[in-house]
Amino acid sequence: MNKYNLNNSYKAVVIGGSAGSFQGIVKILSQLPKGFPLPIIMCLHRLKHVRNGFVEALSLKSVIQVTEPYDKEPIRKGGVYLAPSNYHMSVELGNYFALSTEEMVNNSRPAIDITLGSAAFAYRDRLVGILLSGANRDGGLGMKYIKDKGGLTIVQDPGECMIDTMPRAAMALTKIDYVIAVDQIVEFLKELDKQYR
Amino acid sequence: MAVQDIDIADLRKITELVQNRYGYDFRNYAMSSFKRRMLRILELKNLSVENLLKKLNETPGFIDEFLDELTVNVTEMFRDPGFWRVMRDEIIPGILLNHKQFKIWHAGCSSGEEVFSMAILLKEMGILDDVTLIATDLDTNILDKAKSGSYPIKNMELNEKNYIRLEGKGSLKDYYKEENGRAVFDKSLMRNVSFRKHDLVTGEVFNKFDLILCRNVMIYFNQALQNEVLKKFHESLFKYGYLAIGSKESLIWCDIATKFIVVNNEEKVYKKIKD
Repeated sequence: MNKYNLNNSYKAVVIGGSAGSFQGIVKILSQLPKGFPLPIIMCLHRLKHVRNGFVEALSLKSVIQVTEPYDKEPIRKGGVYLAPSNYHMSVELGNYFALSTEEMVNNSRPAIDITLGSAAFAYRDRLVGILLSGANRDGGLGMKYIKDKGGLTIVQDPGECMIDTMPRAAMALTKIDYVIAVDQIVEFLKELDKQYR
Repeated sequence: MAVQDIDIADLRKITELVQNRYGYDFRNYAMSSFKRRMLRILELKNLSVENLLKKLNETPGFIDEFLDELTVNVTEMFRDPGFWRVMRDEIIPGILLNHKQFKIWHAGCSSGEEVFSMAILLKEMGILDDVTLIATDLDTNILDKAKSGSYPIKNMELNEKNYIRLEGKGSLKDYYKEENGRAVFDKSLMRNVSFRKHDLVTGEVFNKFDLILCRNVMIYFNQALQNEVLKKFHESLFKYGYLAIGSKESLIWCDIATKFIVVNNEEKVYKKIKD
Protein backbone atom coordinates (compact mmCIF):
# COMPACT_ATOMS: atom_id res chain seq x y z
CA MET A 1 0.00 0.00 0.00
CA ASN A 2 1.18 3.47 -0.80
CA LYS A 3 0.03 5.41 2.22
CA TYR A 4 1.54 8.71 1.15
CA ASN A 5 0.61 8.50 -2.52
CA LEU A 6 4.21 8.87 -3.69
CA ASN A 7 5.96 8.46 -7.02
CA ASN A 8 9.54 8.58 -8.23
CA SER A 9 9.57 12.09 -9.66
CA TYR A 10 11.20 13.74 -6.63
CA LYS A 11 14.71 15.12 -6.97
CA ALA A 12 15.58 16.10 -3.41
CA VAL A 13 14.50 16.24 0.23
CA VAL A 14 15.15 19.40 2.25
CA ILE A 15 14.96 19.42 6.03
CA GLY A 16 14.86 22.42 8.35
CA GLY A 17 15.09 22.36 12.12
CA SER A 18 16.15 24.32 15.16
CA ALA A 19 15.78 23.97 18.92
CA GLY A 20 14.69 20.45 19.78
CA SER A 21 15.27 19.03 16.32
CA PHE A 22 18.59 17.27 16.90
CA GLN A 23 17.10 14.01 18.15
CA GLY A 24 14.60 13.92 15.31
CA ILE A 25 17.33 14.46 12.76
CA VAL A 26 19.47 11.75 14.32
CA LYS A 27 16.53 9.34 14.21
CA ILE A 28 15.86 10.13 10.55
CA LEU A 29 19.50 9.79 9.51
CA SER A 30 20.07 6.60 11.50
CA GLN A 31 17.02 4.85 10.03
CA LEU A 32 17.42 6.01 6.46
CA PRO A 33 17.34 3.10 3.99
CA LYS A 34 20.81 2.23 2.67
CA GLY A 35 21.32 3.73 -0.76
CA PHE A 36 18.57 6.33 -0.33
CA PRO A 37 18.20 7.66 -3.87
CA LEU A 38 17.80 11.40 -3.31
CA PRO A 39 20.04 14.09 -1.88
CA ILE A 40 19.04 15.17 1.62
CA ILE A 41 19.72 18.85 2.14
CA MET A 42 19.59 20.05 5.73
CA CYS A 43 19.59 23.50 7.20
CA LEU A 44 19.68 23.43 10.99
CA HIS A 45 20.20 26.36 13.31
CA ARG A 46 23.54 26.02 15.00
CA LEU A 47 26.16 27.92 16.94
CA LYS A 48 27.66 30.52 14.69
CA HIS A 49 31.24 30.25 15.78
CA VAL A 50 31.58 26.56 16.31
CA ARG A 51 32.68 25.37 12.91
CA ASN A 52 33.54 21.80 13.81
CA GLY A 53 31.81 19.04 15.70
CA PHE A 54 28.22 19.23 14.54
CA VAL A 55 28.62 17.39 11.28
CA GLU A 56 30.76 14.78 13.05
CA ALA A 57 28.08 14.29 15.72
CA LEU A 58 25.44 13.76 13.04
CA SER A 59 27.66 11.45 11.00
CA LEU A 60 28.19 9.14 14.00
CA LYS A 61 24.57 8.08 13.87
CA SER A 62 23.84 8.52 10.20
CA VAL A 63 23.68 5.67 7.72
CA ILE A 64 25.31 8.00 5.20
CA GLN A 65 28.25 10.35 5.84
CA VAL A 66 27.02 13.92 6.37
CA THR A 67 29.02 16.66 4.64
CA GLU A 68 29.05 20.44 4.74
CA PRO A 69 29.29 21.37 1.09
CA TYR A 70 31.74 23.81 -0.42
CA ASP A 71 30.52 26.73 -2.46
CA LYS A 72 29.52 25.51 -5.98
CA GLU A 73 29.77 21.86 -4.94
CA PRO A 74 27.64 19.61 -7.19
CA ILE A 75 24.68 17.96 -5.44
CA ARG A 76 24.95 14.18 -5.66
CA LYS A 77 22.10 11.68 -5.48
CA GLY A 78 22.22 10.04 -2.11
CA GLY A 79 24.43 12.74 -0.56
CA VAL A 80 23.49 14.10 2.87
CA TYR A 81 24.36 17.76 3.23
CA LEU A 82 24.34 20.18 6.13
CA ALA A 83 24.48 23.97 5.80
CA PRO A 84 27.86 25.09 7.25
CA SER A 85 27.97 27.40 10.26
CA ASN A 86 27.84 31.12 9.57
CA TYR A 87 26.91 30.71 5.87
CA HIS A 88 23.57 30.71 4.13
CA MET A 89 23.24 27.71 1.83
CA SER A 90 21.28 27.92 -1.43
CA VAL A 91 20.51 25.43 -4.15
CA GLU A 92 21.22 26.77 -7.64
CA LEU A 93 19.63 25.81 -10.94
CA GLY A 94 21.96 23.20 -12.40
CA ASN A 95 21.99 21.16 -9.19
CA TYR A 96 24.80 22.62 -7.13
CA PHE A 97 25.16 24.55 -3.88
CA ALA A 98 26.03 28.20 -3.43
CA LEU A 99 27.03 29.65 -0.08
CA SER A 100 26.76 33.23 1.05
CA THR A 101 27.52 35.46 4.02
CA GLU A 102 24.57 37.80 3.50
CA GLU A 103 22.79 39.43 6.44
CA MET A 104 21.11 37.08 8.88
CA VAL A 105 17.51 36.17 8.04
CA ASN A 106 15.15 35.54 10.97
CA ASN A 107 18.19 36.11 13.19
CA SER A 108 19.81 33.11 11.60
CA ARG A 109 22.72 32.26 9.34
CA PRO A 110 22.25 29.68 7.95
CA ALA A 111 18.58 30.57 7.48
CA ILE A 112 16.13 27.79 6.69
CA ASP A 113 13.97 30.09 4.54
CA ILE A 114 16.93 30.63 2.21
CA THR A 115 17.77 26.94 1.78
CA LEU A 116 14.13 25.92 1.37
CA GLY A 117 13.23 28.87 -0.86
CA SER A 118 16.14 28.36 -3.25
CA ALA A 119 15.51 24.60 -3.38
CA ALA A 120 11.84 25.27 -4.20
CA PHE A 121 12.93 27.47 -7.07
CA ALA A 122 15.43 24.90 -8.38
CA TYR A 123 13.37 21.71 -7.94
CA ARG A 124 9.81 23.11 -8.20
CA ASP A 125 7.23 20.31 -7.73
CA ARG A 126 9.95 17.70 -7.40
CA LEU A 127 10.88 18.62 -3.87
CA VAL A 128 9.94 17.26 -0.46
CA GLY A 129 10.24 19.81 2.37
CA ILE A 130 10.34 18.71 6.01
CA LEU A 131 10.29 21.14 8.93
CA LEU A 132 11.00 19.94 12.47
CA SER A 133 10.90 21.37 15.98
CA GLY A 134 12.15 24.93 16.44
CA ALA A 135 11.79 28.05 18.53
CA ASN A 136 11.52 30.70 15.82
CA ARG A 137 9.57 31.21 12.64
CA ASP A 138 12.42 30.58 10.21
CA GLY A 139 11.41 27.95 7.66
CA GLY A 140 7.74 28.86 7.58
CA LEU A 141 8.12 31.02 4.52
CA GLY A 142 10.42 28.44 2.94
CA MET A 143 7.70 25.81 3.30
CA LYS A 144 5.26 28.19 1.65
CA TYR A 145 7.62 28.58 -1.32
CA ILE A 146 7.82 24.80 -1.62
CA LYS A 147 4.05 24.45 -1.59
CA ASP A 148 3.60 27.35 -4.04
CA LYS A 149 5.85 25.55 -6.54
CA GLY A 150 3.87 22.33 -6.14
CA GLY A 151 6.29 20.49 -3.83
CA LEU A 152 5.31 18.22 -0.96
CA THR A 153 5.30 19.60 2.59
CA ILE A 154 5.72 17.79 5.90
CA VAL A 155 6.02 19.20 9.41
CA GLN A 156 6.76 17.41 12.63
CA ASP A 157 3.57 17.02 14.69
CA PRO A 158 3.56 20.06 17.03
CA GLY A 159 2.40 17.75 19.83
CA GLU A 160 5.67 15.87 19.58
CA CYS A 161 7.93 18.93 19.19
CA MET A 162 10.02 20.16 22.07
CA ILE A 163 9.21 23.66 20.75
CA ASP A 164 6.47 23.94 18.16
CA THR A 165 6.85 27.55 16.96
CA MET A 166 8.54 26.54 13.73
CA PRO A 167 6.10 23.91 12.43
CA ARG A 168 3.18 26.07 13.52
CA ALA A 169 4.59 29.03 11.57
CA ALA A 170 4.60 26.86 8.44
CA MET A 171 1.09 25.59 9.12
CA ALA A 172 -0.14 29.17 9.42
CA LEU A 173 1.44 30.21 6.13
CA THR A 174 0.65 27.36 3.79
CA LYS A 175 -0.99 23.99 3.30
CA ILE A 176 0.99 21.20 4.92
CA ASP A 177 0.48 17.80 3.31
CA TYR A 178 1.45 15.72 6.33
CA VAL A 179 1.61 16.73 9.98
CA ILE A 180 3.30 13.66 11.43
CA ALA A 181 5.66 12.41 14.14
CA VAL A 182 9.31 11.68 13.40
CA ASP A 183 8.61 7.92 13.30
CA GLN A 184 6.14 8.53 10.48
CA ILE A 185 8.64 10.79 8.71
CA VAL A 186 11.05 7.84 8.76
CA GLU A 187 8.29 5.62 7.39
CA PHE A 188 7.55 8.22 4.72
CA LEU A 189 11.19 8.27 3.61
CA LYS A 190 11.28 4.46 3.47
CA GLU A 191 8.23 4.50 1.27
CA LEU A 192 9.75 7.21 -0.90
CA ASP A 193 12.87 5.06 -1.22
CA LYS A 194 10.76 2.11 -2.49
CA GLN A 195 9.50 4.20 -5.41
CA TYR A 196 13.00 4.23 -6.86
CA ARG A 197 13.77 0.51 -6.51
CA MET B 1 13.11 37.60 2.62
CA ALA B 2 10.28 39.26 0.73
CA VAL B 3 7.40 37.15 -0.47
CA GLN B 4 7.39 38.73 -3.91
CA ASP B 5 9.50 37.11 -6.63
CA ILE B 6 11.51 38.48 -9.53
CA ASP B 7 11.93 36.52 -12.73
CA ILE B 8 15.11 35.92 -14.67
CA ALA B 9 14.05 38.15 -17.58
CA ASP B 10 13.74 41.13 -15.21
CA LEU B 11 17.09 40.38 -13.60
CA ARG B 12 18.60 40.37 -17.07
CA LYS B 13 17.09 43.75 -17.90
CA ILE B 14 18.68 45.22 -14.80
CA THR B 15 22.13 43.71 -15.41
CA GLU B 16 22.08 44.84 -19.03
CA LEU B 17 21.23 48.40 -18.12
CA VAL B 18 23.89 48.54 -15.41
CA GLN B 19 26.44 47.14 -17.82
CA ASN B 20 25.63 49.36 -20.78
CA ARG B 21 25.33 52.53 -18.80
CA TYR B 22 27.87 52.09 -16.01
CA GLY B 23 30.24 49.33 -17.15
CA TYR B 24 29.68 46.92 -14.24
CA ASP B 25 29.15 43.33 -15.27
CA PHE B 26 26.87 41.30 -13.00
CA ARG B 27 25.90 38.73 -15.62
CA ASN B 28 27.97 36.02 -14.01
CA TYR B 29 27.01 36.57 -10.41
CA ALA B 30 25.62 33.50 -8.62
CA MET B 31 21.91 33.47 -9.31
CA SER B 32 20.28 32.77 -5.96
CA SER B 33 22.12 35.40 -3.95
CA PHE B 34 21.96 37.93 -6.80
CA LYS B 35 18.20 37.49 -6.92
CA ARG B 36 17.91 37.99 -3.17
CA ARG B 37 20.01 41.17 -3.39
CA MET B 38 17.71 42.53 -6.09
CA LEU B 39 14.59 41.71 -4.09
CA ARG B 40 16.23 43.38 -1.11
CA ILE B 41 16.96 46.57 -3.08
CA LEU B 42 13.39 46.68 -4.40
CA GLU B 43 12.09 46.31 -0.88
CA LEU B 44 14.50 48.78 0.77
CA LYS B 45 13.94 51.45 -1.87
CA ASN B 46 10.29 50.55 -2.23
CA LEU B 47 10.54 50.27 -6.01
CA SER B 48 9.03 48.10 -8.73
CA VAL B 49 11.40 46.60 -11.32
CA GLU B 50 10.23 49.24 -13.78
CA ASN B 51 10.91 52.06 -11.36
CA LEU B 52 14.31 50.64 -10.50
CA LEU B 53 15.22 50.56 -14.20
CA LYS B 54 13.98 54.12 -14.59
CA LYS B 55 15.93 55.33 -11.60
CA LEU B 56 19.13 53.63 -12.77
CA ASN B 57 18.65 55.20 -16.17
CA GLU B 58 17.78 58.72 -15.11
CA THR B 59 19.57 59.30 -11.80
CA PRO B 60 23.34 58.87 -12.32
CA GLY B 61 24.16 59.19 -8.60
CA PHE B 62 21.87 56.29 -7.75
CA ILE B 63 24.37 53.72 -9.06
CA ASP B 64 26.59 54.13 -5.97
CA GLU B 65 23.67 53.47 -3.66
CA PHE B 66 22.67 50.53 -5.84
CA LEU B 67 26.15 48.98 -5.72
CA ASP B 68 26.33 49.52 -1.97
CA GLU B 69 23.15 47.51 -1.42
CA LEU B 70 23.85 44.94 -4.11
CA THR B 71 27.24 43.87 -2.80
CA VAL B 72 27.22 41.89 0.42
CA ASN B 73 29.00 43.87 3.09
CA VAL B 74 28.60 41.56 6.03
CA THR B 75 32.01 40.94 7.53
CA GLU B 76 33.70 40.74 10.90
CA MET B 77 37.18 41.17 12.35
CA PHE B 78 39.22 37.98 12.67
CA ARG B 79 36.42 35.87 11.16
CA ASP B 80 37.57 32.26 11.64
CA PRO B 81 40.24 32.91 14.31
CA GLY B 82 41.95 29.68 13.27
CA PHE B 83 42.63 31.22 9.86
CA TRP B 84 44.33 34.24 11.44
CA ARG B 85 46.42 31.97 13.65
CA VAL B 86 47.61 30.14 10.54
CA MET B 87 48.47 33.51 8.96
CA ARG B 88 50.43 34.60 12.02
CA ASP B 89 52.15 31.33 12.87
CA GLU B 90 52.76 29.75 9.45
CA ILE B 91 52.07 31.77 6.32
CA ILE B 92 53.57 35.15 7.17
CA PRO B 93 56.68 33.64 8.83
CA GLY B 94 57.02 31.59 5.62
CA ILE B 95 57.00 34.75 3.50
CA LEU B 96 59.47 36.44 5.85
CA LEU B 97 61.99 33.64 5.32
CA ASN B 98 62.55 34.95 1.82
CA HIS B 99 61.50 38.59 1.92
CA LYS B 100 62.06 41.25 4.51
CA GLN B 101 59.38 43.38 2.90
CA PHE B 102 56.27 42.18 1.14
CA LYS B 103 52.90 43.12 -0.31
CA ILE B 104 49.34 42.01 0.51
CA TRP B 105 46.17 42.53 -1.53
CA HIS B 106 42.79 42.44 0.18
CA ALA B 107 40.51 41.85 -2.80
CA GLY B 108 36.89 42.77 -2.11
CA CYS B 109 37.73 44.38 1.24
CA SER B 110 34.21 45.65 1.99
CA SER B 111 34.12 47.79 5.15
CA GLY B 112 37.72 46.91 5.94
CA GLU B 113 37.43 44.59 8.96
CA GLU B 114 39.88 42.09 7.49
CA VAL B 115 42.33 44.87 6.60
CA PHE B 116 42.30 46.09 10.19
CA SER B 117 42.61 42.51 11.39
CA MET B 118 45.69 42.05 9.24
CA ALA B 119 47.21 45.38 10.34
CA ILE B 120 46.73 44.44 13.99
CA LEU B 121 48.26 41.02 13.37
CA LEU B 122 51.27 42.57 11.60
CA LYS B 123 51.69 45.15 14.34
CA GLU B 124 51.71 42.44 16.99
CA MET B 125 54.32 40.59 14.93
CA GLY B 126 56.37 43.80 14.88
CA ILE B 127 56.44 44.01 11.07
CA LEU B 128 53.69 46.48 10.22
CA ASP B 129 56.19 48.83 8.57
CA ASP B 130 57.60 46.09 6.37
CA VAL B 131 54.33 45.35 4.65
CA THR B 132 52.43 47.24 1.96
CA LEU B 133 48.70 46.54 1.93
CA ILE B 134 46.37 47.34 -0.93
CA ALA B 135 42.66 46.95 -0.24
CA THR B 136 40.16 47.12 -3.07
CA ASP B 137 36.41 47.04 -3.57
CA LEU B 138 34.06 48.11 -6.34
CA ASP B 139 31.75 49.88 -3.91
CA THR B 140 32.99 53.42 -3.24
CA ASN B 141 30.63 53.99 -0.32
CA ILE B 142 31.98 50.98 1.50
CA LEU B 143 35.57 52.03 0.76
CA ASP B 144 34.85 55.35 2.50
CA LYS B 145 33.60 53.42 5.51
CA ALA B 146 36.69 51.23 5.46
CA LYS B 147 38.95 54.29 5.33
CA SER B 148 37.21 55.85 8.30
CA GLY B 149 38.01 52.78 10.42
CA SER B 150 34.93 53.39 12.52
CA TYR B 151 32.49 50.62 13.38
CA PRO B 152 29.31 50.37 15.43
CA ILE B 153 30.28 49.51 19.00
CA LYS B 154 27.75 46.68 19.03
CA ASN B 155 29.89 44.80 16.48
CA MET B 156 32.85 44.83 18.81
CA GLU B 157 31.61 42.06 21.08
CA LEU B 158 31.87 39.50 18.28
CA ASN B 159 35.15 41.01 17.03
CA GLU B 160 36.60 40.90 20.53
CA LYS B 161 35.54 37.26 20.94
CA ASN B 162 37.29 36.37 17.70
CA TYR B 163 40.40 38.25 18.82
CA ILE B 164 40.44 36.35 22.12
CA ARG B 165 40.16 33.04 20.27
CA LEU B 166 43.06 34.10 18.07
CA GLU B 167 45.07 34.62 21.28
CA GLY B 168 46.25 38.07 20.34
CA LYS B 169 48.81 39.90 22.45
CA GLY B 170 46.50 42.27 24.28
CA SER B 171 42.90 43.30 23.98
CA LEU B 172 41.18 44.55 20.86
CA LYS B 173 40.34 47.63 22.93
CA ASP B 174 44.01 48.60 22.72
CA TYR B 175 43.41 49.52 19.07
CA TYR B 176 40.29 51.66 19.18
CA LYS B 177 38.62 54.47 21.11
CA GLU B 178 34.95 54.65 21.81
CA GLU B 179 33.37 57.79 20.34
CA ASN B 180 29.60 58.39 20.09
CA GLY B 181 28.67 54.73 20.06
CA ARG B 182 31.36 53.82 17.57
CA ALA B 183 34.69 52.09 17.80
CA VAL B 184 37.21 54.33 16.05
CA PHE B 185 40.40 52.49 15.20
CA ASP B 186 43.87 53.91 15.55
CA LYS B 187 44.71 55.61 12.23
CA SER B 188 48.37 54.63 12.51
CA LEU B 189 47.35 51.01 11.79
CA MET B 190 46.53 52.18 8.27
CA ARG B 191 49.83 53.94 7.55
CA ASN B 192 50.83 51.39 4.93
CA VAL B 193 47.38 50.69 3.57
CA SER B 194 45.95 52.15 0.41
CA PHE B 195 42.28 51.72 -0.36
CA ARG B 196 41.38 51.73 -4.05
CA LYS B 197 38.33 51.26 -6.17
CA HIS B 198 38.75 48.12 -8.26
CA ASP B 199 36.24 45.74 -9.83
CA LEU B 200 37.43 42.13 -9.83
CA VAL B 201 35.22 41.34 -12.80
CA THR B 202 36.20 44.09 -15.24
CA GLY B 203 39.41 45.38 -13.62
CA GLU B 204 42.92 44.72 -14.92
CA VAL B 205 45.79 43.08 -13.09
CA PHE B 206 47.54 46.08 -11.48
CA ASN B 207 50.37 44.81 -9.29
CA LYS B 208 52.20 41.74 -7.98
CA PHE B 209 51.72 40.41 -4.48
CA ASP B 210 53.12 37.91 -2.01
CA LEU B 211 49.74 37.25 -0.44
CA ILE B 212 46.18 37.77 -1.68
CA LEU B 213 43.20 37.54 0.65
CA CYS B 214 39.83 37.13 -1.02
CA ARG B 215 37.65 35.37 1.50
CA ASN B 216 33.94 34.91 0.90
CA VAL B 217 33.91 37.20 -2.13
CA MET B 218 33.99 34.78 -5.04
CA ILE B 219 31.04 32.87 -3.54
CA TYR B 220 28.89 35.55 -5.17
CA PHE B 221 30.19 34.60 -8.63
CA ASN B 222 29.25 31.64 -10.79
CA GLN B 223 31.92 29.13 -11.67
CA ALA B 224 32.83 30.65 -15.01
CA LEU B 225 33.48 34.00 -13.36
CA GLN B 226 35.35 32.38 -10.48
CA ASN B 227 37.69 30.89 -13.06
CA GLU B 228 38.25 34.30 -14.67
CA VAL B 229 38.97 36.00 -11.37
CA LEU B 230 41.28 33.21 -10.23
CA LYS B 231 43.29 33.68 -13.43
CA LYS B 232 43.78 37.30 -12.43
CA PHE B 233 44.83 36.30 -8.93
CA HIS B 234 47.30 33.82 -10.35
CA GLU B 235 48.78 36.53 -12.53
CA SER B 236 48.86 38.96 -9.60
CA LEU B 237 50.88 36.61 -7.39
CA PHE B 238 54.65 36.20 -7.38
CA LYS B 239 55.69 32.60 -7.84
CA TYR B 240 55.34 30.90 -4.43
CA GLY B 241 52.94 33.61 -3.30
CA TYR B 242 49.87 32.70 -1.27
CA LEU B 243 46.15 32.90 -1.96
CA ALA B 244 43.65 32.73 0.92
CA ILE B 245 39.97 32.06 0.24
CA GLY B 246 36.99 31.42 2.52
CA SER B 247 36.84 28.27 4.62
CA LYS B 248 33.98 26.88 2.51
CA GLU B 249 35.45 27.82 -0.86
CA SER B 250 37.61 25.46 -2.85
CA LEU B 251 39.77 25.47 -5.96
CA ILE B 252 38.92 21.80 -6.67
CA TRP B 253 36.53 22.60 -9.52
CA CYS B 254 38.58 25.45 -10.96
CA ASP B 255 40.72 25.43 -14.10
CA ILE B 256 43.67 26.98 -12.33
CA ALA B 257 43.86 24.37 -9.54
CA THR B 258 46.93 22.65 -11.02
CA LYS B 259 48.99 25.81 -10.65
CA PHE B 260 48.49 25.93 -6.91
CA ILE B 261 49.11 23.57 -4.03
CA VAL B 262 47.11 23.45 -0.80
CA VAL B 263 49.16 24.76 2.09
CA ASN B 264 46.40 24.57 4.68
CA ASN B 265 43.23 22.73 3.76
CA GLU B 266 41.23 23.57 6.88
CA GLU B 267 41.74 27.33 6.41
CA LYS B 268 41.98 27.22 2.61
CA VAL B 269 45.37 28.74 1.97
CA TYR B 270 46.97 27.95 -1.39
CA LYS B 271 50.41 28.57 -2.83
CA LYS B 272 51.19 29.38 -6.44
CA ILE B 273 53.71 26.84 -7.71
CA LYS B 274 53.56 27.34 -11.47
CA ASP B 275 53.54 30.44 -13.67
